[in-house]
Amino acid sequence: MSVLMRRRLLLRAAWAGAGAALAGAGLAQDEVQPRVIELLAKRFTYVPSEIALKAGERVVIAIKAVDFAHGMNIPDLGKRLDLVPGRVIELELQPAAAGTIEFMCDNFCGDGHEEMQGRFVVTA
Amino acid sequence: MDRRDFLQLAAVGGGAVFASALPGCSLPASGSRAAEDEDFYFVQLSDTHWGYQGPANPDAAVTLRKAVASVNALTTPPEFIVFTGDLTHTTDDATERRRRLAEFKAIVADLQVKQVRFMPGEHDASLDRGEAFKEFFGDTHYAFEHKGVHFIALDNVSDPGAKIGDEQLAWLSAQLARVDKAAPIVVLTHRPLFDLAPKWDWATRDGARALDLLMPYQNVTVFYGHIHQEHHHQTGHIAHHSAKSLIFALPAPGSQPTRTPLPWDPGMPYKGLGFREVEAEDAGKTYKVTEWPVVRA
Repeated sequence: MSVLMRRRLLLRAAWAGAGAALAGAGLAQDEVQPRVIELLAKRFTYVPSEIALKAGERVVIAIKAVDFAHGMNIPDLGKRLDLVPGRVIELELQPAAAGTIEFMCDNFCGDGHEEMQGRFVVTA
Repeated sequence: MDRRDFLQLAAVGGGAVFASALPGCSLPASGSRAAEDEDFYFVQLSDTHWGYQGPANPDAAVTLRKAVASVNALTTPPEFIVFTGDLTHTTDDATERRRRLAEFKAIVADLQVKQVRFMPGEHDASLDRGEAFKEFFGDTHYAFEHKGVHFIALDNVSDPGAKIGDEQLAWLSAQLARVDKAAPIVVLTHRPLFDLAPKWDWATRDGARALDLLMPYQNVTVFYGHIHQEHHHQTGHIAHHSAKSLIFALPAPGSQPTRTPLPWDPGMPYKGLGFREVEAEDAGKTYKVTEWPVVRA
């Protein structure tokens, strides 16, 4: 098993424990590879700041911080990540229902930190 | 007329914009003479953001100086003053950060009071883990006693992730171990120790651990800043009171999509800004908060 595959399995297990809005994330042994969506974190924005998802779709958000050890806090999911510059952090999601899930930087990164936020927009 | 009588009159006659008995701050039903002798008050100022330039306060260059003058005009000087963080507005430039800290220190040196205590906010300390702040003001967390009240200043900003951290929590535990469970304790900090509005980053990541340590103590009150408005909250028997800012006001927690500053009102300069008196009563077990505007009539 590759390191990447092992990490993905670990993340799936972690998210399954996270509960809300992640109905059965990654537990199914399906063969469909999740869509990978790249997300950059840089002072003082996420690029893109809005990500469209479909309810029930399994995706991997590949997050890369380019200039600071930003944070990514997703209060609605009870989840947060530290984004180490130069490393890609993968976050697997499978939103259960339509709605908006907001996220924001929670590591103070300078004048503009307060505006560093984004959201997943989930449609049915 | 004692000071309490004067304050009550001032509240009626103008000047004081808010005076209340709050949860955790209620007036004692009765007090002994000895307890009254130990009554005192201090002033809390917060979030001065020296160096800020922007439309939310076109008068930023003089707002702090006017607040200093208003504090100096109080009828009875406070026994001490605390600044609960964000003394300066953040900058990436380490030289500029020190220049702002130096200017702030020079301005508040005009405060006519025996003791002024300082705490950092994330704007002062998060980008260099408190290095510049310490050069000007010393430790970022500390404890002191005043007339039988145990004051504990907690730093939840030098870690950019808004954490108090294991080391400081161990220090807090050691401080508390020396204190009787019924002793009056005041915690001073910058960010709220509870999850006020996590979507706005108005929280302390490990604040719950600090509150767990404080819970066994019967008389704990927390005064903090960060959210640029007066706010009162209880976690169990612990009362939390945030202070207004001296630069710009922020919206009520969660009241709008983003935490953008409230717009400056040219017709009412300094609206939503101010400082507060905190009067210890009942031997420091209860506190009465009186809010004052930047400029007193």
